[in-house]
Amino acid sequence: MNDVAIIGVGLHPFGRFGDKPCMQLGADAIQLALKDAGVQWSDIQFGVAGAHSIASPDAVNRLVGQTGIPFTSVFNACATAASAIKLTADTIRLGTYDIGIAVGMDKHPRGAFTDKPSMMGLPDWYGENGQFLTTKFFGMKANRYCEANGISHRTLAKVAAKNYRNGSKNENAFRRTPISEDDILDSQMLNYPLTHYMFCAPDEGAAAVVMCRADLAERFTSNKPVYVRSSEIRTARYGAYEVHATFAPVDEDVSPTVFASKAAFENAGIGPEDVDVIQLQDTDAGAEVIHMAETGFCKDGDQEKLLADGATEIDGPMPVNTDGGLIANGEPIGASGLRQMHELVRQLRGEAGDRQVPGNPKVGFAQVYGAPGVAAATILST
Amino acid sequence: MQRAIAQGISTFPDDDPRLIGGRCGDCDAIAFPLQQLCPRCSSPNIAEELLPSRGTLAAWTTQGFYPGFGYKGTEPADAWEPIGVGLVQLGDVIKVEGRLTESDPEKLHTGMEMELTFVPFYTDDEGAEVHTFAFKPVG
Repeated sequence: MNDVAIIGVGLHPFGRFGDKPCMQLGADAIQLALKDAGVQWSDIQFGVAGAHSIASPDAVNRLVGQTGIPFTSVFNACATAASAIKLTADTIRLGTYDIGIAVGMDKHPRGAFTDKPSMMGLPDWYGENGQFLTTKFFGMKANRYCEANGISHRTLAKVAAKNYRNGSKNENAFRRTPISEDDILDSQMLNYPLTHYMFCAPDEGAAAVVMCRADLAERFTSNKPVYVRSSEIRTARYGAYEVHATFAPVDEDVSPTVFASKAAFENAGIGPEDVDVIQLQDTDAGAEVIHMAETGFCKDGDQEKLLADGATEIDGPMPVNTDGGLIANGEPIGASGLRQMHELVRQLRGEAGDRQVPGNPKVGFAQVYGAPGVAAATILST
Repeated sequence: MQRAIAQGISTFPDDDPRLIGGRCGDCDAIAFPLQQLCPRCSSPNIAEELLPSRGTLAAWTTQGFYPGFGYKGTEPADAWEPIGVGLVQLGDVIKVEGRLTESDPEKLHTGMEMELTFVPFYTDDEGAEVHTFAFKPVG
């Protein structure tokens, strides 16, 4: 099996871009990644694309070059980009091809995600009854977790404030104005205890990553290669209470994030203590808090003190969402996991500017979670 | 005439209406609503089981904005009042997600006793009063 290197990353800013077609966001991200990698489109041997707003995001090859290569489209809701990352890395790791690209793009309308329940294998009455919403699950999970583990609502506000602050240092972010903890707590209550400013917003954006066989990296670029050490995806086991659920058993099982993270650490041969910079799915502030424990970076309840001490700030011992996460960047679901890769790669190369984690970080970790209970963890290192 | 929001998920409008789950004859797992194959072991050996109508609130939140797409309630979208939503453990059998009749966070707490109720939801094209299931605080 081959080692896999990331030799180029590209990011289209996240936000709202009027009439600019979604496919163009993806094409732009691809061009930026190719340029960063020092390769041409004609060098790319395969691609994997993920999007929700476009039925066939692989058709982006119309805009960048129809070279006839295999180009697979993937979708796993908010975990879509992880599927693109894993498939791209595995294709190289298993020796099928030497160099490929993963791209994610999306252009969502304003407002909460919604659809027909049958799209998720659920009965129509679930939507008719007002239950086919993602945010209520996050509200319930955060409410239960905070109560059970002594996490204050102000800690939720601290997480959101941190991400807006980090976003203000990120020229590609959607929300670039710091918001105070009090203003976050006082904003409209959407799903108790989560207020408006504690949630990410669906928006528009794209990101792309060029990967190649590690021993060929030097041929293409003088960039410091960043290696994909592991990438694991898991779906919810029976017993896990996840988004879009009609029921849960009395004895619940843990979230797929727990299993995906454990597997990623095992395959990389390292533990959470070895990680220097972290990206977690902050669908809302409660999710970031919960994912800190589910991924293994702390125990349940530790988060109250960790946030009070600033442990997850850029200059803290466990920096989380240094580019502002989903809360500051918004959530174009096909692209977010690749935005995480972009930020980790910039950090590990020392190219993160005002957001640079000090001390020469060497290991990065990213986790995503999407409906109806898909989670992924990816570990990068120099 | 009264009917439930969907066929097969409850015994409403019978007296003492209950939700209907599916119990797996092979691994004993239970699901709501009933599914053809067991979500734990994939067995097709599923039997209907009436779920208890009393339980405790295992998790809850409020729904502070209009549910949107496909919602059949009659509340006006531009004057939405928050509703309670929760996961209620019925007996020691199963937890079911559903609407709560209480929406004030000050009056909701994990572990409080809840019971199943059916509430009027909307009137359909044939004039039937469609009811949905919900959970109300006991006492």
